[in-house]
Amino acid sequence: MTRLACSPAWRAFWRSPAAVAGLALVALVAACALFAEFIAPYPSHAGPIGDFAAMSARPSGQYPLGTDSIGRDLLTRIIFAYRLSLEMAVVVLAIAAPIGVVIGLLAGYLGPAWSYALMRVTDVFLAIPPLVLAMSITGFLEPSAIHGMMAITMMWWPWYARLAYNLTRAEKQEGYVLAAETVGASVPHILFREILPNCMPSILTKVTIDVGFVILIASSMSFLGLGAQAPTPDLGSMVADGARYMPDAWWLTVFPALAILIVVMGFNLLGDGLREAADAAR
Amino acid sequence: MSPFLRALVNRLIASLVVLVGVSMLMFAIARIIPGDPARIALGPNATEAQVQALRRERHLDQPIPMQYWEYVRELAHGNLGNSLYSNRPVRVDVAQYLPATLELVFAAGLMMVLIGVPAGVLSARYRGRWGDHLGRLGSVMGVSTPAFVWGVILQLVFAYLWGVFPIEGRLTAALPPPPPITGFFAIDSILSGDMRTLADSLHHLVLPALALAMAGIGQTSRLTRASMVETYGKPFIEMAHAYGFRESRIAARYALRPALVPVLTILGLDIAALLGNAFLVESVFGWPGLSHYGVEVILHKDLDAIVGTVLIVAAAFVLANIAVDLLVAVVNPRIRLAGERA
Repeated sequence: MTRLACSPAWRAFWRSPAAVAGLALVALVAACALFAEFIAPYPSHAGPIGDFAAMSARPSGQYPLGTDSIGRDLLTRIIFAYRLSLEMAVVVLAIAAPIGVVIGLLAGYLGPAWSYALMRVTDVFLAIPPLVLAMSITGFLEPSAIHGMMAITMMWWPWYARLAYNLTRAEKQEGYVLAAETVGASVPHILFREILPNCMPSILTKVTIDVGFVILIASSMSFLGLGAQAPTPDLGSMVADGARYMPDAWWLTVFPALAILIVVMGFNLLGDGLREAADAAR
Repeated sequence: MSPFLRALVNRLIASLVVLVGVSMLMFAIARIIPGDPARIALGPNATEAQVQALRRERHLDQPIPMQYWEYVRELAHGNLGNSLYSNRPVRVDVAQYLPATLELVFAAGLMMVLIGVPAGVLSARYRGRWGDHLGRLGSVMGVSTPAFVWGVILQLVFAYLWGVFPIEGRLTAALPPPPPITGFFAIDSILSGDMRTLADSLHHLVLPALALAMAGIGQTSRLTRASMVETYGKPFIEMAHAYGFRESRIAARYALRPALVPVLTILGLDIAALLGNAFLVESVFGWPGLSHYGVEVILHKDLDAIVGTVLIVAAAFVLANIAVDLLVAVVNPRIRLAGERA
């Protein structure tokens, strides 16, 4: 982080319009998720009950993005869906990233037998299309947001293991690691106090971009009916529900779809901006 | 054996190891879940005797390593077990639904290259102008949007509003499907010389394949642009300029070829995403592929069918990657010559 925080990196970051746009989108989504009750115009519509007098209402002054087939305000539901999406992404990455990084560090540092085993195990995970693996894991359980999170976590760690492995292999050759080994530092010390801090910028960049991609996979699963179940507001299942009322009630599909685009693109641009800024600082 | 052939054989063996690993992983997940698979399969109304009989028939009463051994023995005979949802062998189900999915994935892969590469080339040639910025924004949007969102948006605009493409399905209901030779409707109708079916099936293919390809098109154009920009700085391009070759010829003959190698490599990796996202696109466009079957067997906890489907999808991914590696060898003279020289 120290490398990221120094001024040339920040200057590079602020000078890139894409990075700043990404930051703005992420800030918007995060604000929605954190303060959903205060921002949403009709907080009670996040549940199963809406305004029966205004079912499938077009976008208007009263309901800016329209209402769904049982009269619930779409804007409210999107704002609450952002909360679920971000929660899922944070939980998945908070579990998958550390597990993957620790495995990758160990395999990269400990030698050929470990790295061979790691590569073959991750090969197996990476040979199954992510969505298919996550779907089948949910299939063995019951479809729900929690099981979706578990499934995505199970398939996400190999990417971090690969990344940390490659970074460790490169760092291992550096003089500072040799110096630590020479003075007899313990393996945990070398791994977590010497090598890991130097890998952090790359790992954090990937985490940032991945928040968007976890949300993308989670919404894909709930689009197929394998994620969060009604009445929980969820972007993927909102698109799926809306598709049944096409093309007349187009807003039911188009606005949740745009909402997904906004959050994934925001984290994507922000992550790219951070990476470019970190590169510029070197 | 030439080194090239030896590398291919090594790849095949490594792929087989990966597939064995996939089968073990899926089998392990399927067996450690709470609940009795036989009881789940038969439902709450079955008698205890019926459940016991199914357990014995499926070897569920034996220890897990024995169960896996039985599974692999069946697998060696091409038997993936029976689907409890359709009451047919999983092999038959998959053989019925897989070709439609593969046709979609193949068409999308083709679009990725045929649209993404030219877009990247144009972006690199007009670097820094508005067309380039627009292209780059488009590629970020392509990558950031799930395939089902592209599906519903393309369907809304081109099928519902403008009516230039059909809303769903693989063929117009009035047309009989072509005789099953490859399972790809487009190819089968060419083989049987039926041009009306060919036109109709291609007409149905455009929107779903485009929805599936959008993320890949974005990625491909971004990558092509980056490597074209890099290649344009190389001395051999400067030489071509010095000779006074036309811009278009330089782009097509000299700069593009080295740029294609990373693009093809990404295509290989992207096939996993295409196969996965095909499930989403199929569900939007009512495409009769593996998606509907996959979701149904998942909702029915049909264990053999889930494991079998995942195994087949993984095998398709692994084989497609080998095919892409061969393509890279064709495009990249350094790899090809290394094989021929020996």
